[in-house]
Amino acid sequence: MSEFFTVAILTATLTSGIRQAVPYLLAALGEAVSQRAGVLNLGVEGVMLIGAFSAYYATLETKSAAIGLLMGLLAGMFMGLIYAFITVVMHAEQGISGIGIYLFGLGFTDLLFQKQVGTPRPIQGLKTKPMNWLAEDTGRVGELLFSHTILTYVAFLLVPAVYWLVTRTTFGLNVRAVGENPHAADTLGVSVNGVRAAAIVFGNTMAGLAGAVLVLDIVQNFQQNLTAGRGFIAIALVYFGAWRPLRVMAGALLFGIVSSTVLTLQALDVISGSVTSIANMAPAVLTVIVLVVVSRRIGQPAALTKPFTRDA
Amino acid sequence: MKYPRVFNLLLALLGVFALAIAGCGNDDDDSSTTQTGTSFRVAVVAPSASNDLAFTQSIVDAVRKLEASNHIDEVSITDGTFVVEDAGAAIRGYAEEGYDLVVAHGSQYGGPLQEIAPDFPETSFIWGTAVDTFGLPNVYSYSVRSDLGGYVNGVVAAQLTESNIIGVIGPVEVGDAKLYVDGFEAGAQAQNPDVDVKIVYTGSFSDVAAAAEAAQSHISLGADVLTGSAQMVVGATGVAQENGVLWFGTQANQTPLGEDIVVASQVYRWEGILADAVDRVKAGELGGETFIMTFAGGGIDIQFNDNFDLPQEVRGSAQATIDGLIDGSITTGQ
Repeated sequence: MSEFFTVAILTATLTSGIRQAVPYLLAALGEAVSQRAGVLNLGVEGVMLIGAFSAYYATLETKSAAIGLLMGLLAGMFMGLIYAFITVVMHAEQGISGIGIYLFGLGFTDLLFQKQVGTPRPIQGLKTKPMNWLAEDTGRVGELLFSHTILTYVAFLLVPAVYWLVTRTTFGLNVRAVGENPHAADTLGVSVNGVRAAAIVFGNTMAGLAGAVLVLDIVQNFQQNLTAGRGFIAIALVYFGAWRPLRVMAGALLFGIVSSTVLTLQALDVISGSVTSIANMAPAVLTVIVLVVVSRRIGQPAALTKPFTRDA
Repeated sequence: MKYPRVFNLLLALLGVFALAIAGCGNDDDDSSTTQTGTSFRVAVVAPSASNDLAFTQSIVDAVRKLEASNHIDEVSITDGTFVVEDAGAAIRGYAEEGYDLVVAHGSQYGGPLQEIAPDFPETSFIWGTAVDTFGLPNVYSYSVRSDLGGYVNGVVAAQLTESNIIGVIGPVEVGDAKLYVDGFEAGAQAQNPDVDVKIVYTGSFSDVAAAAEAAQSHISLGADVLTGSAQMVVGATGVAQENGVLWFGTQANQTPLGEDIVVASQVYRWEGILADAVDRVKAGELGGETFIMTFAGGGIDIQFNDNFDLPQEVRGSAQATIDGLIDGSITTGQ
């Protein structure tokens, strides 16, 4: 156990935790904005899968990870338009619609992968490390802070950007208004459906980006059900973070670091046997415990999951 | 606003469509032979993709070989059934369609099989990796001594590591995955007791990203050789390739996952035991036996990557180890 508390291993574990947090963070940030506008999307997992496959296939075909990234974003955006049409225009029940999107994403990406790719084929991901030159001269702290890929920095820079978007802009004010009291917002001339549609498209684009990051930054390949439940955990992290970007980031980091700690403790033979199975559940169990604590203190957007109709 | 109700109906239909795709996986019905009274039909239900370069591909390759050699007449495959309930539905469906032999390729499928098999006493079922036939007269089981190939891989890996640290990425501590991991560790330490074999189980057969992170974790702890089992290893091989770390595969030949880094793979050759089971079913014996694959029966094999420049003496030691495992002069401890 003492080996775990050496600077080198703690640094490696935290670095891994930060890397693992990125897909959760991106998907959860997008979903937080969507939910602040009153729209729940349980289909985040499916959209992540579609974003991941789009990024993978585009990279495989063009040999360009940048194009892959773009295709992941566009695929998420497209799914956002579909989900906005389903929930905002057609007023379909959000929970069921989201599950439909998830199942569609799961099945459709598997089908496309089987038909278009077949055997898993490695790709060259987007592994540029823009700050690595700083890591070389700044020891372990530098490694922890500066050895990440560009997509990691983009993800963490999006936290203040989303905070600013939600709290400091007219669009953000409208998002919060339509999520809390859409009829009052409508009375004041805010286009409730327009704002909600924009928030959904933003949320889904972030989910597509999260899927692309999984493929381009972590796995560099594709496999059926690649996301393995990360989209659902991202939704839980929105509640964990009480719909606030900074808290969502804290939740994603906690989840990532606990996951990486479990891996490191196994590798060091600190935990083994049946304890391993229990330890592998630790991140999820921790999330549920914090959710129970947090949900008692902070209420969700008042109009969450409620379709808006002017005559209601 | 009347259309939402109609739209909800359409949405429900979309959900059913998606469920059909997701739940049924890739139903690859390759029935080139029309059903006749004498044709022998085999169905396979497997958890991941048919071409996963791992567990599912190994069984699909095997039934294809039997089909090509006219040992069987028709093959149907339902893959991607990582949800056990979906697999149960597929197994029951094939039994209802009158297939002669239904292969349930996953140790997680034992529960549904135990319920389904008694309802179809004229159909033979075979499942694995497992050693239990539930006392049912129409159920065979099969398993593989994956520790044998793991041991050979471990012997070779211990000669190639320079850091004396080897990382192992397992899925869940059960079945052939655990056997492989234990065999690999025993082989590496028999070859060089100073080698530190670090083992991580991700807790999932399919979480590719977790496998990638486990590989990254091993490398950050100094590992310069990695191995792993199950379909999620495609994540780990990507990390190995990126870091120039050597890889040893199992279940299928994993050279296509990294031609520069894959040294050798243990390959499962289920066709021998399946042919045996088919012959027995044709003779009217529908179950009650467990088949175990080993080197001796040709059920497992080590395939080296010809593009990897492996020293001749190391390759020779692998063959000597295989010979020792066959004649019993070497044991894996399992």
